[in-house]
Amino acid sequence: MLELVIFSSLNGLLYGMLLFLLASGLTLIFSMMGVLNFAHASFYMLGAYFGYQISRYVGYWPGLVLAPILVGFAGALIERFGLRTVHKFGHVAELLFTFGLAFIIEEGVQMIWGKVAVDYRVPELLNFPAFTLFETTFPAFKMFMLVVSVATFVALLTLLTKTRVGLIIQAALSHPNTVGMLGHNVPLIFMMVFGFGCGLAALAGVIAGPALVTQPAMAASLGPILFVVVVVGGLGSLPGAFIASLAIGLIQTFAVAINVSIADVTALFGIKVDPNSFAGDLWMATIAQVAPIIPYLLLVLVLMFRPQGLMGNRDT
Amino acid sequence: MSVMTRALPWLGGIAMILILPHVFSSGAAISIMSLIGFAIIFALSYNILLGQTGILSFGHAVYYGLGGFITAHALNIIAANKLPIPLPLVPLVGGIAGLLFAAPLGWVSTKRAGTAFSMISLGIGELVAACSLILRGFFGGEGGISTSRTSTLQLFGLTYGPQIQVYYLIGVWCLICSGLMYAFTRTPLGQICNAVRDNPERAEFVGYSTHMVRFLAFCIAGFFAGIAGGLAAIHYEIVTSGVVGAGPSGFVLLMTFIGGTGFFIGPILGAILLTAMQSLSDITGAWLLYLGMLFVLMVMYAPGGLAGLLLMHRQVATRQGLTRLVPAYGFAAVPGLSLFAGIIFFIETSHHVLVKSAEGMQMRLLGFSYEADSPTAWGLIAALIVVSYLAFRRTWPIVATAWTEATVGERSVPDDSKPKPPAKANVDGSASNSRSTITAAVR
Repeated sequence: MLELVIFSSLNGLLYGMLLFLLASGLTLIFSMMGVLNFAHASFYMLGAYFGYQISRYVGYWPGLVLAPILVGFAGALIERFGLRTVHKFGHVAELLFTFGLAFIIEEGVQMIWGKVAVDYRVPELLNFPAFTLFETTFPAFKMFMLVVSVATFVALLTLLTKTRVGLIIQAALSHPNTVGMLGHNVPLIFMMVFGFGCGLAALAGVIAGPALVTQPAMAASLGPILFVVVVVGGLGSLPGAFIASLAIGLIQTFAVAINVSIADVTALFGIKVDPNSFAGDLWMATIAQVAPIIPYLLLVLVLMFRPQGLMGNRDT
Repeated sequence: MSVMTRALPWLGGIAMILILPHVFSSGAAISIMSLIGFAIIFALSYNILLGQTGILSFGHAVYYGLGGFITAHALNIIAANKLPIPLPLVPLVGGIAGLLFAAPLGWVSTKRAGTAFSMISLGIGELVAACSLILRGFFGGEGGISTSRTSTLQLFGLTYGPQIQVYYLIGVWCLICSGLMYAFTRTPLGQICNAVRDNPERAEFVGYSTHMVRFLAFCIAGFFAGIAGGLAAIHYEIVTSGVVGAGPSGFVLLMTFIGGTGFFIGPILGAILLTAMQSLSDITGAWLLYLGMLFVLMVMYAPGGLAGLLLMHRQVATRQGLTRLVPAYGFAAVPGLSLFAGIIFFIETSHHVLVKSAEGMQMRLLGFSYEADSPTAWGLIAALIVVSYLAFRRTWPIVATAWTEATVGERSVPDDSKPKPPAKANVDGSASNSRSTITAAVR
C-alpha cells in the first residue's frame, strides 16, 4: 500500500508538472490575448515529433534544445500571419482559427510521420533505473523529466517576477494600451509570448515523447485535459493553473491505481448489486475504469459551483 | 417580400428532393443524398447555437449521438414487442431524447457564454464519449448497437427496406425540420437569440435572462440534433460510440462554418458540400488536410462562409456591378487557379512520397505522369507555387478596385439580410495597402 502511495504520488507529480508546462503557456497566452489556444496540445505533439526527428540524426540532447526553439518560432510565425489576421473578427474567430490549426497539424503529422507511434527512445545515458523501492523500480528518465519540469517552472517564475521582461509582460497582461503608450511594441510582445508558450509546450513534448507514446493522437488525448486544467484553475491565473495541474495529475494517477467499484463498497454493507440490472455497468465499473472521466466531472462541478475556477478573478 | 418569393426556395427544395433520385439513380448516389439529408438537419441545428445565439459548442454531437442511440434502442424495443408505431415517427423519439439530454446538460453549460461555454461543451462532450466506453449496456461497447428498420409497423405497403424509401423519409424529415428551424428564426424567441448574441448586456437590461435564452436555444438545437441522429440510426441501422465523440462535433462545426453561419442557407450549403466531399474522399488520402486548410482560410478571409460570399455577390448582381467584377475575377483567376494547382501538386506529391512510397514513386495527377521523388518535379512545383503566388498578389489590388467600384453607394442601402459578419466597408478605393483592402473586400 505504501509502495502504491509513493509511486502514484511520484507519477502524479510528474504528470502534473508536465500538465503545468503546457498549462502555463496556455494561461499566459490566454491572459494576454484572450485567445484560448485550441492548438496548444498540437504544439506539444509537434515538439515530440521534432525532437524525435532531430534525435534520429544527432541524438536526443540537441533535440531537447532545438525542438522547442523551432516550435517556438513556428508558433510566433503563426501568431504573426494567422492569428493577428483573425483578431479583428473577435474571440470566436480566434478560437475557430486555432481549432482549424489543430486539425491541420494533426493531419500533417499523420502524413509526415504516419498514423502509428514512432520509435522515440529514452537516451542511453538515462536508460537505467534510478532507484528501487519495494521491488519496483523508478526509471532515471522519469526523474530527469521531473527535474526539467521543476527547473522550467522555477525559471518561468523568476523570469516573470524578477526580470524587466517579466515586468513588461505582466504589465501587458492587464494594461496592454498603457504599455503601448510607454513605447513598448505590444504586438511584438504578444507574438513573443505566443511563441514562448508554444516553445514551453514543445519542451513538454520532447521530455514526454520518449516516456509516453509519440503518436498522432497524443494531442487530441491531452488537449481536453489541458482545458480542464486551465478552467478549473481559473482562466488566466498561473497559480491556479499550477494547483489544478498537480491536483489533476495526482487524482488521475491515483484513480488508475484503485481497483474498487461502487458494488464492492456496497458489498461491505451486505448489499449485492446484480450486474445485469439497469445501469449495472455503472455500479460494477471500478474507479480505475472511470479514471478518464474524472477530470471532466471535476470540470462540470467546478463550473457549476465556482464558475471563475479556483483562483480565477475574471468572469469569462 | 410577397408570399410567392418566400415560398420559392421551399418549393425549389421540394422539387430537388423529388427530382434528384431520378437524375442520380445509382445506389451510391442515393445513399450520399440520404447522408446529406440528415447532415443538413444537424448543421442547421448547430447554427441555432453558433449563428443565431452566438455560442460556440465543441460537443454538439452528444445530442446527435444520444438521439441515435435512443432511436436504435427504441427500434429494437418496437420490434421485440411488436408495438404499433410506424417507422416515419421513430426519428421523433431521437428528437425527444436529444431534448431530454440537452435540458440538464444545457442548463449547466449555458450559464456561461463565450470561451467558458466552449470549454464546458468540450468537457461534456469528452465526458459522454468516455462514458460510452464504460456503460457498455447502453452504448454497446466497441460493436455499437445494431438495429433493423424493417421490423416496425408497416403503413401503405412501405417496408423501408430499399434505400430509396429511406431517402424519401429523410427528405421529408429534412424539409419539415428545416421549415421549423426557419420558422424559429422568425419567432420572438429566435429574434431575442440574435439580441443575446449581439449584445448580451443590453438584452439583460431589456429584461431578458440571457441564460434562459441561451438555454432555450440549446434545448431546441438538441431536439433537432436528436432527430438528425435518429435518422442516421435508421439509415445506417447501427450506432457506434464514435458518434458522440469529438470527431462528429468538430465536423458539424466545419460544415456550419464553411457553409456560413450568418445566413439560413449557409449550413445547408456546408452540409451538402462537406458530405459530398467526404463521400469522394477516396480520390485523395489527404482530404482532411484540404478540409482543415479550407476551414482556416475561411476563418481568416471569409468569416461569412460560402453563403456570405454568394449573397455578397447577389447584392452586387442586382446593381449590375457584375459586369465590372467579372473581368477582374477572370484576371485574378489565372494565377489563382495555378496557385491552387501548385498547392494540390505539392500536397499530393508529398502525400505520395510520405505515405504511399511502398507503391513505387511513379504517380499520376491531373493528367501528368511523373516520379514523385524527382528533383525536377519538386523544382517545378516550387516554381509554380512561388510564381503564381507573386502574380496572384499583384491581382489583389485590381480585384479590390473593381469590387469598390461595383459596390460604391450600395452601403447606404439598408440591408435587411440577417446578421452580417463584422464587416468594415472599405469604400475609399485606395489600393495602396493591397492586403487590408482585399480582406475588407472579400467580406
